[in-house]
Amino acid sequence: MVFKRFVEVGRVALINSGPDEGKLCVIVDVVDQNRALIDGPCTNVCRKALNFKYLSLTDFTVKIRPSAKSGPVREAFQKGEIQEKWEQTSWAKRLAAKKKRATLNDFDRFKLKLAKQKKNEIIQEELRKLRKEANL
Amino acid sequence: MADADDETLQNGKLGDKKGKKKSRFYPTEDVKKPVKNKKPRKPIKLRASITPGTILILLDEIDQGKKAIFLKQLTSGLLLVTGPSKLSQVPLKRVKQQYVIATKTKIDIGDFQLPEGLTDELFKRKAKKRKRSEDMFTEETQEDENPSQEFVEKQEAVDEHILAKIAEVEHLELYMETPFSLKKGQYPHAMIF
Repeated sequence: MVFKRFVEVGRVALINSGPDEGKLCVIVDVVDQNRALIDGPCTNVCRKALNFKYLSLTDFTVKIRPSAKSGPVREAFQKGEIQEKWEQTSWAKRLAAKKKRATLNDFDRFKLKLAKQKKNEIIQEELRKLRKEANL
Repeated sequence: MADADDETLQNGKLGDKKGKKKSRFYPTEDVKKPVKNKKPRKPIKLRASITPGTILILLDEIDQGKKAIFLKQLTSGLLLVTGPSKLSQVPLKRVKQQYVIATKTKIDIGDFQLPEGLTDELFKRKAKKRKRSEDMFTEETQEDENPSQEFVEKQEAVDEHILAKIAEVEHLELYMETPFSLKKGQYPHAMIF
């Protein structure tokens, strides 16, 4: 297996737990083997050292110098349109769907179930047609 | 107390006025009588999430998972609900607030006036009269346990209105018919109803 995402200065990461859960940040410097100095001026994440346990690396990087201040980080983050690119990924979409699902009430969940049933019916119908054609 | 007991003893009847059997002996130690609470009972508070028209999920053993619509709180603190029975098999009945989940879904009852006389009295079961049959072998006449005509009329009047209101919302009829149950990976404390 070849690794493609590395812990490096400028790597954009997702914070996966704690008060900043679900927010993007940029690795500004590596403190030691356990922690990195992160900053997220565009996503309301305070500059701080965070354990790697709480970071999930993304595919994106921005070009900054080691230990860059918040200003250059903000500039690079906005220039690279990281937030927009991130929202396009299936990872972010999945997270958003999960968040939305948690806000549904019981009746909404029921309506969702009905919609799913309908969708599956249509798929099954099409599949049946294709099978029939293949047999002929 | 002692006087009264003496009387009963003298009369040769070993029992108090209610006819319950009493011990033949006085208690060897003084038994303290609990002080009677003279404060009037506070009316039971209705949860803020329950308002007329709220759809409830019933948790009582008989109605487990069935859905019903809240109408009003009775003086006893119990909730007056109706399924309606045509949809969720819940008749016009009283349920305890503790055995209910209030959902966020509400139907607009409007300015519908409930028929008068829907009180706790209407739902109370009448005490069965025990008749001692003179002849042991004659069959005891069984009392009619079906709801009274008056009750049925009131229930129909309520259900008719509620059913019309439910039909206005799409998928709601089917929702009322379907009992609630927890699926895999669903935790009630983490869910919104």
